[in-house]
Amino acid sequence: MATHEVLRSTIHHIHDVWGQPLRVAVTGGTSGLGLALVHEFSKSGAHVAFVARNRDAVERVMHELPRTHGIVGDVSRKEQTYAIAMQVLWALGGVDVLINNASSLGPVPLALLADTQCEDLEQALATNLLGPFRLTKALLGSLAASARESRGALVVNISSDAAMNAYPTWGAYGASKAALHHLSRIWHEELAPSGIRVLSFDPGDMDTPLHALAIPNADPSELKRPETSAQELVDLVTSMVCDATRIPKPLEAM
Amino acid sequence: MIAASIPIQRPADAKLLVVDAQGEITHHPRRDLAALLNDGDLVIANDAATVPASLFGVHLATAAPVEVRLAGRRSLEGEEMNVFDAIVFGAGDYRTRTEHRPVPPPLHVGDVMQLVGLRAEIVCVLDHPRFVRLRLAGSPHEIWEALAHSGRPIQYAHVPSPLAIWDSWTPIAGPPVAFEPPSAGFVLDWNTLQSLRERGVRFATITHAAGISSTGDPQLDRRLPLDEPYRIPATTAAMIRDCRVRTGRVIAIGTTVVRALEHAAAEDGFVRVGFGTATQEIGAATTLKVVDAIVSGTHEPCTSHYELLRAFVDDEILRRVDLELERENYKTHEFGDSILVARSKDVAKNLGA
Repeated sequence: MATHEVLRSTIHHIHDVWGQPLRVAVTGGTSGLGLALVHEFSKSGAHVAFVARNRDAVERVMHELPRTHGIVGDVSRKEQTYAIAMQVLWALGGVDVLINNASSLGPVPLALLADTQCEDLEQALATNLLGPFRLTKALLGSLAASARESRGALVVNISSDAAMNAYPTWGAYGASKAALHHLSRIWHEELAPSGIRVLSFDPGDMDTPLHALAIPNADPSELKRPETSAQELVDLVTSMVCDATRIPKPLEAM
Repeated sequence: MIAASIPIQRPADAKLLVVDAQGEITHHPRRDLAALLNDGDLVIANDAATVPASLFGVHLATAAPVEVRLAGRRSLEGEEMNVFDAIVFGAGDYRTRTEHRPVPPPLHVGDVMQLVGLRAEIVCVLDHPRFVRLRLAGSPHEIWEALAHSGRPIQYAHVPSPLAIWDSWTPIAGPPVAFEPPSAGFVLDWNTLQSLRERGVRFATITHAAGISSTGDPQLDRRLPLDEPYRIPATTAAMIRDCRVRTGRVIAIGTTVVRALEHAAAEDGFVRVGFGTATQEIGAATTLKVVDAIVSGTHEPCTSHYELLRAFVDDEILRRVDLELERENYKTHEFGDSILVARSKDVAKNLGA
């Protein structure tokens, strides 16, 4: 059995132990990595709510995965934060895992910083930094409740190697992801005593619509499939939830 | 007392009146709350977030404008997300004090109100002409979306600027099930939680769907608080047992916490885990079984919040509290100052509970 198969059965096991499924919220859930995560978590038996801007796309995913709950919303817009948070909480009855995945590239096509419009940098910061900050803050009470009830309480912020390395023309995206990465680290330290973990996860270069916008002529065969990264992240989340809840880890459980 | 009119949850100069177990009164800056609690104490807050429960629309049969304030639900267990008890107001908005608002048109079973994004049918007129049970049309998914986008938090006439939903969520807010904020929880920010932890004070939550606090109608107000569903997590009940063993105090943040815990322990003094609905009134005649002290906003005599304090201390102490609150210019209402009252009544009955 492949490792992720074992872990997948572990999410079912978590459900059995708790009498309730793992509750997962994913932003940017209708394309790329987000869509793959919605598929993976849902297949694994988690209860999933996802957020995306386009109503047709949200309804398409809900039609395909009827057990998931789609929310139309834009995390980059401050005034929508609580409407999104409330719908997540009503749909799932709380939240154990929040994955801030929705991302904006900044200027398209990519541009040198000197050619980047201020508005494009602002948009990248709104989606990649302020959005995750605001939604996490609105859901923090629920995540703390998840921690107190030993249900895992994990925030995953999707990062990028552009957060670490200085790639020319990736300025808006790289700077916003670097800020998100550091926010994750500080918040992780601050929230550790409350039992909430904040993780920065770099999924690698994937064959996604965002990547196609950035590098239109990339050879897809040289890119990671988003499904592969999604499986890696589901495995990691499952393992961390098991750690936090003292449910035996999958390999020990076998 | 003067009404707090600015929606700031934690003003830097917020005050805290403390009544100790001997009935002695002292005044403190509210930010020093954690320093007044001891190693072994257990602080319990209500983590309900506030639903945007005020909905505007039209009563179709008469074309009269109405405001519907969702006021209660029968259960937190997930069924019947589309059925709410509600109070209907006539034209106008929060800028008019509730007691001066025009009455809505006569309401009958089967009447439909078209609200922004939501269609509500009256399925039952409860024991007052403006107090009705509503069924909202649509799937839970559609109802949640419409409520999230069209509902407004219930607003008070003494706060002139429009309240945003984030003004009404406490920093620890979780499940959106309360119809008005459990506002005593405004005292708790994450820094206070950290200070509590550093002092060895433990922290737990319950979820209690706080109902509407005032209707502007004396007859309806006498019925308050409405029945309120709640949930007690197993970890919270375990921490209460542990606190008893360590002879710490159970400190409730707000009246809703007192109501839920005392209801859940009504049978034998042990807090029952899970879902329940608090139906009792707490007052001078109540013997508290669980809660040793309460942090609350300041409230005027004759309100249900005030009545609840009579379970903690006798009337002579409350009279002194009222005088001190007046003398020191405490601010009242949701965004006002706070009190911490230790129980001095019936203490002997509880030892060893």
